[in-house]
Amino acid sequence: MTNAPALLEEQAAASPSGPLLVVDELRTTIHTPRGDLRAVDGVSLTLDRGEMLGIVGESGSGKSVLGRTIMGLHTTGPTTTIQGRVAFDGLDIQQLEPARLRELWGDRIGMVFQDPMTALNPVKKIGVHLTETLRKHRGLSRAEARDRALELLAQVGIPDPRRRIGQFPHEMSGGMRQRVVIAMALANEPDLLIADEPTTALDVTVQRQILDLLDRLQDELGMAVILISHNLGVVAGRADRVAVMYAGRVVETAEAASLFRAPHHPYAEALLDAIPRLELPPHLRLDAIDGAPPNMLRPPPGCRFAPRCRYAQDDCVATMPTLAATPGVPDHRFACFHPVHLDAPEPAAPTADTAGGR
Amino acid sequence: MSETVERPVVTVATADVEMAGVHPDVDVVAMRRKPRAWRGALLFVLGLVVAGVAVAAIRDNGWVQLVVILVGLGIWYAGAAELGRVRFGPGFDLLSWLCATWLVVLVLAAIFAPLLPFGESEDLTKSILAPANATPDLLSDYPLGTNNFGLDLLARVVYGARASLVVSIGAVVLGMVVGGAIGVVAGYYRRAVDAVIGIGTNSLLAVPPLILLIALATVLDPTLYNIAFALSLLALPSMIRMARANTMAFSQREFVLASKSMGASSARVMLREIVPNVVLPLASYAMVMVSVLIVAEASLSFLGLGVQAPSPSWGNMIAEGEGDAFKEHPHIVLVPGTVLFLTVFSFNLLGEKARKRFDSRAAKL
Amino acid sequence: MALRTVLKRLGELVLVLLIVSFGTFMLISLMPGDPAVSILGEGHSPAEYAAVRADLGLNDPLFERYLHWLGEALSGNLGTSIVPPYVDVADRIMGALPVSVELAVLGMGMALLFSLPLAMISAHRAGGRLDRLISAGTFGVLSVPSFLAGLLIIMVFANQLGWFPRAEWSRLSEGLGQNLYHAFLPALTIALAETAMFTRVLRNDLIGTLNEDFILAAKAKGMGTMHILFSDALRPSSFSLVTLMGISLGRLIGSTIIVEYLFALPGMGSLIIGAADNGDFVMVQGAVLVIAVIYVVVNALIDISYGYLDPRIRRAHV
Repeated sequence: MTNAPALLEEQAAASPSGPLLVVDELRTTIHTPRGDLRAVDGVSLTLDRGEMLGIVGESGSGKSVLGRTIMGLHTTGPTTTIQGRVAFDGLDIQQLEPARLRELWGDRIGMVFQDPMTALNPVKKIGVHLTETLRKHRGLSRAEARDRALELLAQVGIPDPRRRIGQFPHEMSGGMRQRVVIAMALANEPDLLIADEPTTALDVTVQRQILDLLDRLQDELGMAVILISHNLGVVAGRADRVAVMYAGRVVETAEAASLFRAPHHPYAEALLDAIPRLELPPHLRLDAIDGAPPNMLRPPPGCRFAPRCRYAQDDCVATMPTLAATPGVPDHRFACFHPVHLDAPEPAAPTADTAGGR
Repeated sequence: MSETVERPVVTVATADVEMAGVHPDVDVVAMRRKPRAWRGALLFVLGLVVAGVAVAAIRDNGWVQLVVILVGLGIWYAGAAELGRVRFGPGFDLLSWLCATWLVVLVLAAIFAPLLPFGESEDLTKSILAPANATPDLLSDYPLGTNNFGLDLLARVVYGARASLVVSIGAVVLGMVVGGAIGVVAGYYRRAVDAVIGIGTNSLLAVPPLILLIALATVLDPTLYNIAFALSLLALPSMIRMARANTMAFSQREFVLASKSMGASSARVMLREIVPNVVLPLASYAMVMVSVLIVAEASLSFLGLGVQAPSPSWGNMIAEGEGDAFKEHPHIVLVPGTVLFLTVFSFNLLGEKARKRFDSRAAKL
Repeated sequence: MALRTVLKRLGELVLVLLIVSFGTFMLISLMPGDPAVSILGEGHSPAEYAAVRADLGLNDPLFERYLHWLGEALSGNLGTSIVPPYVDVADRIMGALPVSVELAVLGMGMALLFSLPLAMISAHRAGGRLDRLISAGTFGVLSVPSFLAGLLIIMVFANQLGWFPRAEWSRLSEGLGQNLYHAFLPALTIALAETAMFTRVLRNDLIGTLNEDFILAAKAKGMGTMHILFSDALRPSSFSLVTLMGISLGRLIGSTIIVEYLFALPGMGSLIIGAADNGDFVMVQGAVLVIAVIYVVVNALIDISYGYLDPRIRRAHV
């Protein structure tokens, strides 16, 4: 997991033992009237089958755009330019024809959207949302599709599926709608599920239910999941690996336990510190991170978190740090010249890679 | 003792991608070639030359001349638009400027009509010696041709513009003032007053516009005043509704409350606070309304129920072309028809632009 | 829909109809001069004028006259034309109405048929070349008055090319084929302006719908472009189309009137314009009343049906 390009050569032919998803130096640039927006600015990661990866970042970090680019919903066109590669089971997503992509979507890759109220067509019944994808990808007959839809509704924990299948979205509660959206994404048992802020629009009590549901389904179906959220608490305890994004780049990636025990990037540390915990005394001032993310139309040349970082130094502002691991812990990588919580006594030396200043 | 609890973490990015409102599949950024002055100038001149040659040289075949003139104008347009983009930036909209120019020229011509050197427009006794049904020939005495009675079409078009514009603009102003006042009152007082005005407006709207006009034309004499009055009834309901809606929106705002709390009377509040805010959206709507009324007046005149011949109005000029006259002398219909179209088009275009800028609640039609 | 709302709307409806009928009735009073003179002409004896005035009931109090007139109208008697050949107004209207209704319905139908694909093509590649072309085209069409368009169409298709007839009409009872052949060109003329308007509104609505999340979700399910356009985008958008149909009804009636007159067809258009030309206010009164009633009732029906069509509104009242 150290050198992505070499890995791609190995995975040229899809092999069941290799990673399901390989993202290599992905850049998504959106052309707006005000300039070019670098939403995703050099992201590399891998995902194994059955693994859950959590991508965490605040609004504007590019995590949603990343998710959609991985899926292929953003492709190079009049308003967008994609660079880098996304290899899904050996297939180069960005090079596929639209018809081929449509075969993948809903069948091998599924997506769960943030707002269940708007993700469902208000004038279509719940059942139709499910049956139409079943019939398209699996060629089921009407009756078969309906039976399977009932199964799916039960599988996602909706009581009384026979009644619900004929209802319209606005007749259900938010949590129930999100279960339907999940059912829709899982209908054809995909290999990869991308969940973009699946619980953000829901009540806190319902959030946990939905996340538990996703957990359970992942185990049952053995699918890989990318869980995107702005809330570290959502991925805690559920994701196998976590990638923290800031201003279009991944600033830290590690196994979940590793990250939560000892975050090395100051931003990740700040995120962790900001989570309210029950064991802390009441009325304590929560640690909010001062400042705002950089203007993505004209990002600064150095580390993008530097303006808000309490450990920032001169070299941080001048050069862009790249992802690298401390020797001996190859899984835990971070992009920082002055990382925190290292067990080593002296601060980590800057990485030898040439930083691509912008 | 207790410290304030702040909300943790999430801050909103300045250039938040999710909120940038960019939907790459739908919003296509129009990419044109970069405008160049030499290309613009070349096309500009070329277009003028082509059109000029057509006017001067191709005088025998009217249709061919027309086509070549149009081609020349098209080339000129492309050139002028490019030059405009070079000089004023990519937002330059030549079409709007041309429309505005057309309207200004039309209005000026209408105002100064008696002073301009036209042929005879109305008096049949004076036009006996003029050629009848002459085809348009821009370099002759009758640039737009003459009609069956030898009346000069250019003069008739301009005097027709006079009638149309006076009637339509007058009707719109009347509708705006009266309708605006009624609407503001309805929106301000609400309840009973609003309900009564609402029923009244609905009743007026219950009769389809043309039917209303025809009904009125049956019993009233077709003088310009009466026509303007009838047309204003068409504009009235929409003006009332618009004024009312805007009034209700503004009544909630603080500056009205402030005025009231300082003891201002209802009339004063309405006049000083609300009306100035309502005027702008109303005026931009009025511009679109003018084109509707111009069409309405033209329709009435066409049917013989509006401006009476031989007084010219674009509508009754077009009516002269009914029957076989069009086959032999198409210019009788095409000249007033084109002028009518250009005028309505210009009002529509400029009215739409005005609405987009000044009335944020306008439906995008 | 709740009973209270329906009753309230019904009450409003009746009130509006009463006001309109009263206004129509009062039409004569707008006339300058003596109605009796308009009917008989100049140079008759005062006694004759008095007799005509009594006939018209002009000596009775206003309200009584109105009620009498309204009563007669409700029982189907709209009076007699005051110009030769003195036909019964109600009869004449009943004969002319089916022609107009058929043309209006056909025109509206054609407009819907044309505007749907145009709007979908426009919305699908919004901002693209085809979209801008269609936008410019519809804007141009909307700037051409219907009588001018009709005249040009007649000149080209009826007179010059001779493909379709003018000034002839074949009733439905005489055969569908012939009837449609005669109705095609006038219906097309009527459909022009409506098509332009529908296309513009539907296009904007579709673009708005296509921006919604559920379209993206449908795409992410792998559904095809055609499927998304028809099955997902069209239904939510079509509700604005239904509303628009209601709004355009007024203009539709106006267009039908003019087109009938242009094509010299025996419908309400020729009836009312001819009557207006002759100063036959009794005929005009009757026609206006009938048209206004139809207009108000159809509008109300559209309003009510709108509530049933949109499941969100329908269920919200439950």
